[in-house]
Amino acid sequence: MSAVIDPGHAGHGHAGHDHHHGPAKGLMRWVLTTNHKDIGTMYLWFSFAMFLLGGSMAMVIRAELFQPGLQIVQPEFFNQMTTMHGLIMVFGAVMPAFVGLANWMIPLMVGAPDMALPRMNNFSFWLLPAAFGMLISTLFMEGGGPNFGWTFYAPLSTTYAPESVTFFIFAVHLMGISSIMGAINVVATILNLRAPGMTLMKMPLFVWTWLITAFLLIAVMPVLAGCVTMMLMDIHFGTSFFSAAGGGDPVLFQHVFWFFGHPEVYIMILPAFGAVSAIIPAFARKPLFGYTSMVYATASIAFLSFIVWAHHMFTVGIPLTGELFFMYATMLIAVPTGVKVFNWASTMWRGSMTFETPMLFSVAFVILFTIGGFSGLMLAIAPADFQYHDTYFVVAHFHYVLVPGAIFGIFASAYYWLPKWTGHMYDETLGKLHFWMSFVGMNLAFFPMHFVGLAGMPRRIPDYNMMFANFNMVSSIGAFMFGATQLLFLFIVIKCIRGGKPAAAKPWDGAEGLEWTVPSPAPYHTFTTPPEVK
Amino acid sequence: MSEALSTRRLVTRLLLVVVGMFGFGFALVPIYDVMCQAFGINGKTAGAYEAGLQSTDESRQVRVQFLATNSAEMVWEFRPLADELTVHPGQSTEMVYVAYNPTDKPMSAQAIPSVAPSKAAAYFHKTECFCFTQQVLQPGERIEMPVRFIVDRDLPKDVKHLTLGYTLFDITARKPPVAQATLTRATP
Repeated sequence: MSAVIDPGHAGHGHAGHDHHHGPAKGLMRWVLTTNHKDIGTMYLWFSFAMFLLGGSMAMVIRAELFQPGLQIVQPEFFNQMTTMHGLIMVFGAVMPAFVGLANWMIPLMVGAPDMALPRMNNFSFWLLPAAFGMLISTLFMEGGGPNFGWTFYAPLSTTYAPESVTFFIFAVHLMGISSIMGAINVVATILNLRAPGMTLMKMPLFVWTWLITAFLLIAVMPVLAGCVTMMLMDIHFGTSFFSAAGGGDPVLFQHVFWFFGHPEVYIMILPAFGAVSAIIPAFARKPLFGYTSMVYATASIAFLSFIVWAHHMFTVGIPLTGELFFMYATMLIAVPTGVKVFNWASTMWRGSMTFETPMLFSVAFVILFTIGGFSGLMLAIAPADFQYHDTYFVVAHFHYVLVPGAIFGIFASAYYWLPKWTGHMYDETLGKLHFWMSFVGMNLAFFPMHFVGLAGMPRRIPDYNMMFANFNMVSSIGAFMFGATQLLFLFIVIKCIRGGKPAAAKPWDGAEGLEWTVPSPAPYHTFTTPPEVK
Repeated sequence: MSEALSTRRLVTRLLLVVVGMFGFGFALVPIYDVMCQAFGINGKTAGAYEAGLQSTDESRQVRVQFLATNSAEMVWEFRPLADELTVHPGQSTEMVYVAYNPTDKPMSAQAIPSVAPSKAAAYFHKTECFCFTQQVLQPGERIEMPVRFIVDRDLPKDVKHLTLGYTLFDITARKPPVAQATLTRATP
């Protein structure tokens, strides 16, 4: 039933004829749907569209940085590209992709017929096109779009912001409302709709990590909303939250922003932890090592994420005791993260491993995310951070945790569950090609950034010293390679939707979980009578 | 417990958390000020010092430097009469800043003080300061503005050198000079 995943071919679904309660026909099916699979599909397509758009902006950035000097774009536009790339990738690509996976998989994993609040689910998705339509439209406005970096520090984003900043603020409000509603839905589904016998400690880790992520979202998205509301009031209503002229303080902005911002980075990685914790045991053909410790490690990471925010602000002049506290608290996060990495390694240890595409992405996830974690530890060292701050070393660090972390986690999940979604096996050869091109491209793009960063190349600047020229050219070539490869992924997914080897209900022999007990493709309605969980 | 009811109760609770955290974002504003004050960070100095005079510690000398900065778009001429003074802790000292409005419009301004190093801020007392009020200058008017201060005798021993900086902000738009003029004249 190709209609399940491809809006363009909604009309020629065949399986729908067999059901009395199949999907409605035509476009209105997608506008009005309350089906968790339809909404999950829309989230995933939306996030992929945003991934390509944000990626195109990265291509502009890397094309400009291919050589020193200004060649292609003006600095004003370059600033808009870095800002929009960050905003779109964080709020438009990574977060909706995980919400899409949650929509598709959580009801199937806990044995629920749908999400707990299906109408709200529809609304939280449809807010996103509105939010991003508004955000992207700012690029065509007079004065240009947001140009103050995705962290939008005041007063750059208030006193010195382009006129379009108000649209940016409302776009963030809408995204926030969407995320909060999505998170409430996930919590309600997990806590109330589990099948009989599915106790909390029997839940798959993807469900656990999403439950914790949802709580993080509920806790910090309102703080972000408050932060942009204060900006709005400073800009239009004469308050001075962040304006020193009226007795406010720009440093306060950074505290409020990073109180949201640090948990946000775990929001973007915890669901990937969960997905990888499902995929590695499936292809190592061994149960996950240390399930309970994984749950507690996830919860510890979530807790610690609330008390480390000022490590983004070591250089603003916080007192020595503050630097020490935030330094040690940050380093403490390495402990639960280490527990996870060792658990994944132990799961693979002496397993009968095979390396299908989801496993390749998952193994790369473990290795490369750990590299990103190590550079994070380096950045956590307060005295050393004064050199790393605002350099390409930071850019290298967070791209190592987000690209092979969050994005590879999403790719692994997509390949792992595509047979369940479409009823067809994807093309394994092309999948492996996609993996290797992404792997090589991504490392070429981001590894040299460590070196230029340590040598002092500042981030968010369209020009650079001649001495960084070679490494930057390598980075750009890698980025072009990574970017172009994602079109291959689009091709693989479309090919898989349109046909291919029919998938069995459980196409991976080591896979476990309720989602593999329903046929492939998953029928429009599943678990209308709850399954029995032993 | 029926399923629908418990979902409703759960959602209500979660929404309360959402509202609470939205409020918490705003609560961070006063919390931030309290923390800065409690830990003496940010170089923010307290208001007028009224604890009375201290005896002068003749054995110790502290260099105090004076800075004057205009915020962006502020056009006044603004400077201290001297760049630097050497004072004894406990001694009451005066420095005069000069401001001049070169425009053809009356303007009002607010000076925001800051002390570096920030750990010395709590030991720098101003008994009188032009920063306690707003300044209103008519076109072409020039005024001398005094600041009288005492460096506390308990100033940490390793601090031998302090900087008092003022940043002058144009607040004409927020506090129109006409309304302000009567107010400042009332207080000498």
